This record gives sequence, structure tokens and C-alpha cells, in this order.
Amino acid sequence: MIALSDYLILGAILFAISVAGIFINRKNVIVLLMCVELMLLAVNINFVAFSHFLQDTAGQVFVFFILTVAAAEAAIGLAILVVLFRSKRSINVEDMDALKG
Amino acid sequence: MTLEKLIFYVLAAVVLAAAVMVVTRRNPVHSALFLILAFFASSGIWLLAEAEFLAIVLVLVYVGAVMVLFLFVLMMLDIDIAVLRAGFIKMLPLGIVMAIAMAAELILIVGPDNFGLEKYAAPARHAADYSNTEELGSVLYTVYMYPFEIAAVILLVAIIAAIGLTMRRRTDTKFIDPSKQVVIKKGDDRIRMVSMDAEKG
Repeated sequence: MIALSDYLILGAILFAISVAGIFINRKNVIVLLMCVELMLLAVNINFVAFSHFLQDTAGQVFVFFILTVAAAEAAIGLAILVVLFRSKRSINVEDMDALKG
Repeated sequence: MTLEKLIFYVLAAVVLAAAVMVVTRRNPVHSALFLILAFFASSGIWLLAEAEFLAIVLVLVYVGAVMVLFLFVLMMLDIDIAVLRAGFIKMLPLGIVMAIAMAAELILIVGPDNFGLEKYAAPARHAADYSNTEELGSVLYTVYMYPFEIAAVILLVAIIAAIGLTMRRRTDTKFIDPSKQVVIKKGDDRIRMVSMDAEKG
């Protein structure tokens, strides 16, 4: 039988890979957004696994809401990206220094 | 090794391999396609965990909507990949060290010692006529009614924000105003004689 720890280890490795992806691709905003999606997927795997092993649907309901918020986040993030590309002709993170931070 | 366990390990390997490809591919379009593969494989894993409704939703909403949006934006923008890849090699060792350290720490906590089959026994499988969608719906529309409505409002906000951000009025386009065309009268309105020099080459 598949143990709960198998699901959790899968989620942990997936999360670590996407954190490494944010480190490696820190200039490309689109790949950064994709890494965030991977992180959310890792978290969702944990929620589904706990929901299965504790026989509680609350976990699955929470995954449902996470999917909703993630879809909204992706839509707004990509809209901002398109507007940014229109004005700066670039999606490089280092070009976004208009606020001089 | 049972068949169930074999399927789980194959799907988990596909998810992890696809995730590694997502973060290392040179072309962002390839990254997006590997992300789709990761979503498909993890929806299989959710099926193994008896979350059938969410597995289908993951494919429909994520692969069908979100990833198509990603690919659409990727192909619409003219991105210079070479500039974006500068510093990739420099950050690679740090990224790998970070990932290994983080994964090792997490696995120490969530490993078989704390969350193995002895601590959390695998639950009995549901009967064949069990409907995950029905069970999820029965709590979603009763216990979680308010969060559900808030989620709907969040989606509405996302729609309005995305349209509001990207819509623009262009002032440099030429177009004919139909109302002016319609109200025109016979006579001087219709034609105007001008005398001008022929354009000189």
C-alpha cells in the first residue's frame, strides 16, 4: 500500500525543485510564475494525501479553493506581464527598476 | 510491489522529471509544455488518492485554461531568451544546493518515521458506487457556502482586473464614424471640390 509519507516526500521534492527553479530562472518572469504554479501543485498534493488518509473532505475543499485562487493569480499575473511588456519591451526582472528599490 | 504502488512510483517519477525540465529548459514554451505533463501525471496521483473530482478539475482548469493562457502569452510576447538566460549557470550550483538542503530537511520530517503506514494506516477503499463529486458537492454547498461565494467573487475580480489591465484605446487608428455617414445630405455635404497642386514626385 502507498504510505502517507510517499505522497508527502513527493510534495517535498517537488517544492524543493520549484524553489531551485526560482533561484535559477530569476530573470524570466514567466518561468517564475510557472515555478509558483509548481509550488502550489506540491502543496495541493499534500492536501489531497492528508484528505485521503484522514478520511476528511475538508482537505479536498481547500484544494478546490487553492485552484480557484491560483487561476485568478495566473490570469492577473499574465495581464500585468502583458502590460509591462507593452511599455518596457522586456520581461527581464532587472529591467523593472522604475521604483529605484 | 503491488500494481498500485508501481503506478504511483511511475507517476511520481514523471512529475519530478517534468518539474526538473520546467526549471531547466532554455525555451519557456518547452517549460510550459513540461508543466502540462507534470499536471497530467499529478492528476493521476490524485486519482490514486481517491480525489477523482479534483483530478478532473486539475486537467480541465489547469491544462485547459491556465496553461493555455500561459502558452498564449508566451507566444504573443517576443522574448529575447539569451538575455533572460544570462546568469543561469552562475545560479545553478546555489539552486541545486538549496533544493537538496530543503528536500533533505523536509524528508527528515515527513519521512516514513513520522508518517509511515504504522502511524497512518491506509484507509479502506470506497465501494464502486461511491461518488467523490457528490460528497464534495454536499459539503461545498452547505458547510463551505460562504467561502464558495467568496471564491466566485475572487474569480469575478480576476476577470475585471485582467480585462481592465490589458484593454487600451488606440488613438492612432483610422476609422469611419457610421453616424456621420448616415446623416449626410445630398449636395454640399456629399462632395467637396478642392483645388490643390498635384503631388510632386
